[in-house]
Amino acid sequence: MERLRRRDEGAFAALVRMYNASLVRVARIYVSTMAAAEEVAQETWLAVLNGIDRFEGRSSLRTWIFRILTNIAKTRAQRDGRTLPFSALQDPGGVPEAAVDADRFLDPEHPRWPGHWASRPVGWPEERLLAGETMEVLERAVEALPASQRAVLTLRDIEGWSSEEVRNALEISETNQRVLLHRARSKVRRALESYLQEDD
Amino acid sequence: MEIEQLSCREVVELVTDYLEGALSPDERARFEEHVARCGGCTVYVEQIRATIELLGRVPEGTLSAEAEQELLEAFRGWRSS
Repeated sequence: MERLRRRDEGAFAALVRMYNASLVRVARIYVSTMAAAEEVAQETWLAVLNGIDRFEGRSSLRTWIFRILTNIAKTRAQRDGRTLPFSALQDPGGVPEAAVDADRFLDPEHPRWPGHWASRPVGWPEERLLAGETMEVLERAVEALPASQRAVLTLRDIEGWSSEEVRNALEISETNQRVLLHRARSKVRRALESYLQEDD
Repeated sequence: MEIEQLSCREVVELVTDYLEGALSPDERARFEEHVARCGGCTVYVEQIRATIELLGRVPEGTLSAEAEQELLEAFRGWRSS
């Protein structure tokens, strides 16, 4: 911070290396193309430089940078006439989605084991979990999520934001955030399961 | 007093609420009791945790040398302004 105020180029370069990928990823939630997300990140860095002398340190530097980013990204999305995935964020209800396919369970009227697993999940082999190919499956599963679910999952689980930070950035209620997170995590788990089991 | 047991099908829908600390103490106890006795749900909860852990490892995109150069030039412009 201090080094940045003193116009230290190394400090700025370090900050850019640390946060730029995250800035682009978060911007991508709001704008429609990767190129636009990269521009938003660029614009954010300029705004950070221009604002650094006025930054009072009431929030962390990270929080402050991301607040600038989300403001710029929202403005940009509006200008591009893109409606955010926010209508879905406000009302994730819609069609109920089961975390696990119904046919994995016994009938709810089953005399002995109602709603119990008919086909239980099997533990995942640790060594395959860490393989690069598994990571690709994971990233594709994230890409395939509906925008509102992807937004919440990206911020919470990939970027590691707190639920409060996500609620503020996306302007959604705690309950809606949880519903979206639940659906998103359930789908990604399902994708991993079908990949990790297909060649057993 | 017999409290109604959760089914596995209910457990998989409660797992996020559980991990987020959004269950009431009573629901939480029922959830934990079910999972402790159910091998399938134990694996399921482990898989959700593993999924979250893997998401946390999604690699950072790399900043292209070109983009970094542009930003550093912007920085120099700012410094001399």
